[in-house]
Amino acid sequence: MKVTYFPGCTLKTKATELDLYARRCAEALGVTLEEAEDWQCCGGVFTASRDEIATKLSSVRVLQTAFEKDQPLVTVCSACHNVVKQTNHALQTDSAFAEAVNRYMQNPVPYVGQTRVLHYLELLRDEIGFDAIRDKVTDALKGRRIAAYYGCLLLRPSGVMRMDDPENPRIMEDLLTAMGATPVLWAQRNECCGGYIAMEDRALALSESEAILKNAAAAGADTVVTACPLCRYNLQKVAGNVKVVYLTELLAEALGIKEEPQ
Amino acid sequence: MNTTDLKQEILRRSGGDPRRGMACGKCSAACPSYDAMEFHPHQFVRMVNDGNLLPLLQSDSLYKCLSCMACAERCPRGVEPFRLIEAVRLCAVREQGQNHLTPNDIPALLDPDLPQQAIVSAFRKFTK
Repeated sequence: MKVTYFPGCTLKTKATELDLYARRCAEALGVTLEEAEDWQCCGGVFTASRDEIATKLSSVRVLQTAFEKDQPLVTVCSACHNVVKQTNHALQTDSAFAEAVNRYMQNPVPYVGQTRVLHYLELLRDEIGFDAIRDKVTDALKGRRIAAYYGCLLLRPSGVMRMDDPENPRIMEDLLTAMGATPVLWAQRNECCGGYIAMEDRALALSESEAILKNAAAAGADTVVTACPLCRYNLQKVAGNVKVVYLTELLAEALGIKEEPQ
Repeated sequence: MNTTDLKQEILRRSGGDPRRGMACGKCSAACPSYDAMEFHPHQFVRMVNDGNLLPLLQSDSLYKCLSCMACAERCPRGVEPFRLIEAVRLCAVREQGQNHLTPNDIPALLDPDLPQQAIVSAFRKFTK
């Protein structure tokens, strides 16, 4: 299976391991991530305001690239995923927005959200299947107590993201189980780490991340797993003995294809 | 623009309807930034509905919202307060010279691990 892949800005810079192992694990599981040509940064956050058009065009372009290749569009970063999926949804449901976009892009065939947008987790669950992953993993993660951290962007707004129950998700816990790890149950897994507020009010981001990490540690987690570079950055500042790792790193470890640190 | 027009503009941009709010406070209870805010999410809803916009436009609370959407997800009435907060914030930063973050501010905020995502997101939310 081949899919169009949108890595996003941070996966090319500070989060290269998130990108590298997304590709390698997908390949090991029979899926090729074909990086979209000339993609542009999604902008990091979706602007909810309906009169914002230009800031959403980078997402529109990559959605159209996948449409022209007749492939689903896969993203790994939670933020990219949120922005691209919300933009696609806006094109499907807001005709004034779709009209403005298509007029600007001078599209011969109107693009109105035809592309299927999948987060990497959805690719694993819905296309590859967790059973197929269970068949391929080693016992590298056996005994590891891991807290699945969803944060805000993977699940909300739930009517648009449609990945899982926004208040009681299980997609990452099910994956952890398939990978041979022990998922821990904890309350703060879908609370916000502070996100971009780290640029505006560092203390506020730290206090929000601290509440999350404390809760994970109290539940007995040795590791917190996330798909978002900004979550990882914020959580790592207060992590102490708890490891904060990317989803794809952990999957590579489970599949036995992770490189040892130099 | 008078406050009646401004209120209509905010409602149009946000697509939100503050009249549906019943002041139950669930949005504020869900808000991770509650303690850092002068005006809390349920107060935003009420004040937008009342057209009491000037205090909101001048408040630092506009820049404490994380856009985490917990307020919207947990609202029993579908009000989606973060959309209203965003629409008010855009009214503030779209005024000439009112960008809340400028490129000159960035060097002092950098650290070696800071992801690009943080910078682009902050610009998207705090500037026009």
